[in-house]
Amino acid sequence: MRKRVSNLGGRVVVAVPYLWLLVFFLVPFFIVLKISFSQTTIAIPPYLPVFRWQDGISGFVQNLGALSFDNYLWLAGDPLYVNAYLSSLWIAAVSTLLTLLVGYPLAYGMARAPLSIRPILLMMVILPFWTSFLIRVYAWIGILKPEGLLNQFLMFLGLIDQPLVIINTTTAVYIGIVYSYLPFMVLPLYATLEKMDYSLIEAAEDLGCTPLSAFWKITFPLSLPGVVAGCMLVFIPAVGEFVIPDLLGGSQTLMIGKTLWNEFFANRDWPVSSAVAIVLLLILVLPIVYFQRAQARARERL
Amino acid sequence: MAGTWGRFNITALVLGFAFLYLPIVLLVIFSFNESRLVTVWAGFSTRWYVSLLSNRGLIDAAWVTARVAFISATVATVLGTMAAVALTRYSRFRGRLLFSGMVFAPLVMPEVITGLSLLLLFVAIGLDRGFMTVTLAHITFSMCFVAVVVQSRLVSFDRSLEEAAMDLGATPVRAFFQVILPIILPAVISGWMLAFTLSLDDLVIASFASGPGATTLPMKIYSQVRLGVTPEINAICTILIAIVTVGVIVASIVNKRREVRRREELLALSG
Repeated sequence: MRKRVSNLGGRVVVAVPYLWLLVFFLVPFFIVLKISFSQTTIAIPPYLPVFRWQDGISGFVQNLGALSFDNYLWLAGDPLYVNAYLSSLWIAAVSTLLTLLVGYPLAYGMARAPLSIRPILLMMVILPFWTSFLIRVYAWIGILKPEGLLNQFLMFLGLIDQPLVIINTTTAVYIGIVYSYLPFMVLPLYATLEKMDYSLIEAAEDLGCTPLSAFWKITFPLSLPGVVAGCMLVFIPAVGEFVIPDLLGGSQTLMIGKTLWNEFFANRDWPVSSAVAIVLLLILVLPIVYFQRAQARARERL
Repeated sequence: MAGTWGRFNITALVLGFAFLYLPIVLLVIFSFNESRLVTVWAGFSTRWYVSLLSNRGLIDAAWVTARVAFISATVATVLGTMAAVALTRYSRFRGRLLFSGMVFAPLVMPEVITGLSLLLLFVAIGLDRGFMTVTLAHITFSMCFVAVVVQSRLVSFDRSLEEAAMDLGATPVRAFFQVILPIILPAVISGWMLAFTLSLDDLVIASFASGPGATTLPMKIYSQVRLGVTPEINAICTILIAIVTVGVIVASIVNKRREVRRREELLALSG
């Protein structure tokens, strides 16, 4: 009797979230895939070919023949899209490196702080992560504008006489990404640095290592799992970022998330936006799989 | 006490936290600015908060957002907790690999793709875009975050307690509600809070999934930001920051108290 209930309860626990994700995650993905092979018709569904149950197998095969690679050829042939993909990857890579440079000293300082204040420091890193992404990006507009606070401050100090043009450039996008994704970098770094055995460094220094070479030879290699996790957590979402390039990058910055958004909302070209999404996904599959593997390895080591 | 608390570390912490907090602090300060020019200080004033009260569009959007966030966080917590239990308690069932893939994929999926795919689904099944579709979309991506949070708690949890309860005659359902749930409750609560704030913050997915009549607060803020920086937006942002900050701090204090109490109870039992 108990076993039956257990089976029923277990089945419900598995089936309900499973079905939900099938309907709202997997099926939509296949719809995107199918529409990306459809012929371009401006925002008038249904897109040809239409698959119907009553057509049977022969109808299905016939419809398969009607699918086309036109949208993908269009993407490959238009330098706008190719450049948008390349510049997204480039901007994401540079910002990831900058985030690492900013985040590492912070995580290191936290890991070496007195034990009693570490939870407070951790809380202080997590707190901005809970505040709205949009608000945090918006905060930078007031700072980076030509008549904004940063320029006022620098002119007050007499360092510059002309306001710097930062907003609506790629520099502003770098600042925005580093700022928004910093907690994602700091948390995994802190986790590995905190667990580290610092007597190793003392030993190295006793044996004549300078603090800097002790850092490069011991601390940094030991923190590599955290570096990899942090970089992936910044790089992967940054490639498809929309809000930051849109609000801080202006029309100068080309990023694929923004291109997809415009293709969809301004040009209303659904098949092309679907193709853009599929290609973006294909580009990201490699880093995502690599990241999942690295995470699984780290879990095994525990 | 581990490590030297050197000058380098203090500098790194001060600069790092200044970078993290200065923009937010400036935003809050300038929400109390008398002048309409956001970046020129002209004296303290709360006029922008007062003018918010008469901004019908913003209040409607805030109300829509609050309802979407509450409903989606609640449903996502139930579904996400179920998914976490399914992943940790049932090591093999048909399609488990696909299931775990579907739970983890949305965490790293670019928002533009999630938004686009959900929109195309809603169009394909002929669902009118609006309040319901935004809620469905938010449930879908936030349930995965809840699942991860709850799963990390379930993994570190002593299974013998659950087995003991069942040996003593509790049904699995009863064992779940009386033994497992109280232990994982902090994770379930933080999962709910995470889902709530994710829904509160989301601009991209909501823009795809929403239709006329269901404008959320981030969508409203975004459309105003595109027209320029105004002290009114600073004021609404300040209110949102205050709500989230108070929520997070209260939750962490409550969790800490619970944990301390549990530890004392365990000590009393074993002592």
